[in-house]
This record gives sequence, C-alpha cells and structure tokens, in this order.
Amino acid sequence: MVRIITQYGQLLLRAMGQTVLLALCGLFFACILGIIFGILAVVKNKVCYAVSRVFVDVIRGIPMIVLAYFVYFGVPYAMKNLLGIPFTLSALQAGTICLALNCGAYMAEIIRAGIQSVDKGQMEAARSLGLPWWRSMYRVVMPQAIRTMIPSIINQFIITLKDTSILSVIGFPELVNTAKNVVANTFMSFQTWGIVAIMYLIVIELLTIASRVLERRLNVGKE
Amino acid sequence: MEKSKKVKIHVSHLKKNFKKLEVLKDISTDVHEGEVVVVIGPSGSGKSTFLRCLNNLEDITGGEVVIDGKDLTDKKTNINKVRENIGMVFQHFNLFPHMDVMRNLMLAPVDLKKATKEEAQERAMQMLKKVGMEDKADAYPNQLSGGQKQRVAIARALCMEPDIMLFDEPTSALDPEMVGEVLQVMKQLAADGMTMVIVTHEMGFAREVADRVLFMDGGYIVEEGTPQEVLLNPKEPRTIDFLNKVL
Repeated sequence: MVRIITQYGQLLLRAMGQTVLLALCGLFFACILGIIFGILAVVKNKVCYAVSRVFVDVIRGIPMIVLAYFVYFGVPYAMKNLLGIPFTLSALQAGTICLALNCGAYMAEIIRAGIQSVDKGQMEAARSLGLPWWRSMYRVVMPQAIRTMIPSIINQFIITLKDTSILSVIGFPELVNTAKNVVANTFMSFQTWGIVAIMYLIVIELLTIASRVLERRLNVGKE
Repeated sequence: MEKSKKVKIHVSHLKKNFKKLEVLKDISTDVHEGEVVVVIGPSGSGKSTFLRCLNNLEDITGGEVVIDGKDLTDKKTNINKVRENIGMVFQHFNLFPHMDVMRNLMLAPVDLKKATKEEAQERAMQMLKKVGMEDKADAYPNQLSGGQKQRVAIARALCMEPDIMLFDEPTSALDPEMVGEVLQVMKQLAADGMTMVIVTHEMGFAREVADRVLFMDGGYIVEEGTPQEVLLNPKEPRTIDFLNKVL
C-alpha cells in the first residue's frame, strides 16, 4: 500500500488530473448540447422537437463504450477509406466528443423536464405583458427551471465523471487506464484499485458538497 | 354604450378549435373605448378561450380579431407590441415567484425599454398605492394572501400602461373573504374609464359594474345586452336556465 503511494502516487494523481480534464471538456460541450437540444424540445415547432427527440433517443440507445469505439476508430476509418480524407482524433478529442454526446443527451432531457416543470401560466403572464418568447424564457421561466434542474444536473455531472473510466478503452491516460498499468507492474490489485476507488470518492464528494452549497444559494428568496 | 366612441376590440366570426373540438364557433362583437364588458356562462362555454384569443394567447383558428386597428390574424402584426397595450389578469395570479413584488412590476417596462429603472420604479409604486399594496413592495409572492397576489397582478399589468384590461376569472381562486378587495380595485379601474373585458361568476359585480353582459354557451354568444336586460330579464331559455342555477 505504502509502496503504491510513494512510488506511483504522483502518477495516479496526474491521471486523476487527466480524468478531471476529460470530464470538464466533456461537460462543457455537454452543457452546450444539452441547452440547445433541451430548448429545441420545448419550442412550438414540430421539426425542432423531432430533431431533439432523435438526438436524445439515438445517443441514449447506444452504450458509451460502443460510442467510444465508433468515434475513435470507426469515424477516422470511414473518413480515410470511404471518403479518402486523412483524419485522426486524439484520445482526448474522441473522449470529449463521446462524453459531450452522451452527457448532452441526458442534459437535454433534464433541461426539457425542468422547463416543462414550470407552470405554463408563467410563460403566459410574461407574454401577456408583451415580452417576446425568448425574453420570457430567459427572465421568467429559466430562473425557475434551473432551481429544479440543479440536483439532476449535479447528478449527471457525477455520472459523467465516472463514465470517463469507460474511455480507458481508447487509451486515454485517465485514472483507470493508468491504474491498470500500475497493477501490471506491481501485481498489487487490491491496494491499487482500493486507492483508485478512494480517489474517485474524494473528488465526487467534493462535487457533492459544492452542489449543496450552490443549491442553498439558489434557494434564497424562495420560501 | 354610445356609438360615437372608438372601437377598441373588434371581433368578427371568431372560431377556435382545439384539435377536433370546436370551442368557439362563431363569435362577433365590438368593445368600445371605456366600456366594461362582462362575459358569463357555464363552464366549458368557451368564455376563457374567447378572452385568451383577444391577446392571442390562443391561436385563432378562423375569423378576425382587431385590436386598435391591428389585425391579430395578420402575420405582419407584431403581437408583442399589441400585447403591451393589453393587460391580462389570470385566475391563478401567475406572479413571478422568484422576484419580489417590485421586480414583478418593473420587469416588463424595463425589459421592453418602455421606461428607465427609476421611471418604472416610480410608476410601480403609484400602481401599488392604487391597489393598496404599497407596503408590500419588498415581499415575495408566496408571502402574500390570494387577494393580495391578485391585486399585485393587476398592478403589474397596469405598469405597462395598457388601454385594455382582460380579466380571466380573477376571483375564482380566492377565499370568499378576499373577493371583495379585488372587485373593489376592478371597480375603481372601471370608474377611471379603463376598457375592460371580464370573465367572472360574480353576478353582483356584473350587475353593478358592467356596461354590457355577454352570455356565452356552446361556443356562441347566446344573449347580450345591459345587465338589466341579460341578468334581470333574460329572453333566451339557456340564459334563464343558467341564471336560475347560479343565482
């Protein structure tokens, strides 16, 4: 145990850093996708709604590991052999795309549900005062929707952080991938995976605490 | 109402369907400047839908609604501009719960650049005084009673300086002891010469304040006239039947 920490501690910490980096990249784009597709699902337009539905259903229906193989190996292969364009993705780029798509689909659902949870009288009241749809959404509906979304969004963040481990299959040097190498060198499975588990636990606990603080802040003025 | 006054709301052959359900079949009427029109009728008769068509909260299926010369069914009409001149008060108040009373009142005027922050604040204060809520400017909606919420909602609509006010069953969600304070504010508005269309079940209020009463049933205006005519001497059997049930 001590040997793992002294000899590989730094390596594992750096790998944790990579995990967090990958998660942050993925979450950043996931938020953008989630907002776009979440809002597409609530505007009064059949085409927008259909586009959002298809995105969410397709991504949710594909396991992340398949998505990872597809994006990292499948897409460059198709570009090169079928279209004749040389194209490669780094593991970080491919990983970010996978996380963004996967988490983005769930975020879109969270945002759609959040917006729809706000009583429709709120939108009507804002519209009746002359505010355009977007302004009503931004000033009246969204601030209320976000309060109900926060717990689900944080939950999704935690899931996405853990899902980065799946991307060890495309060779990204995140925590699980690195730990595998450590085990291969030392044969100390119990100690290594124990340490890795604790590292995940600590980071996620920090995230949970931060979310509680945020939630309390946002609830000021309510009740 | 004397015919010389300007027509504020012109409705002709208005139809409204929800999918296959025909809610409004053929509605035609004019509302003149300063006129107070009360719409009564059994539930499901389409009176709320009629009111909501007047500011296009419901899409209009057929016919036309013209507000101050602007045709709502015309694609070129900027509905947001028209709505700035039509205040609406809802059954369930629909105050914005994440804002205090003052910010509820200031949101639209400031956001739409109708007024600077200071002007909006001043006007909001005047309107709160008008509805007797000036000491609750800092309160949040959930700290208010139903009657207080509805008075704030009226003040919020008035902050946009509308020419027309629509009331969709404004007292139906209130405890009985709070109905009076809201009706009092509405009476004051009527006395000030506001053009008003009110959907309500308050027959006493209708008799006292209305210039004209519309009785709706089954998607049509079945009978209309002064409160004397419609409420006291109804001619149509359906009106008589309805009034017997509610009075």
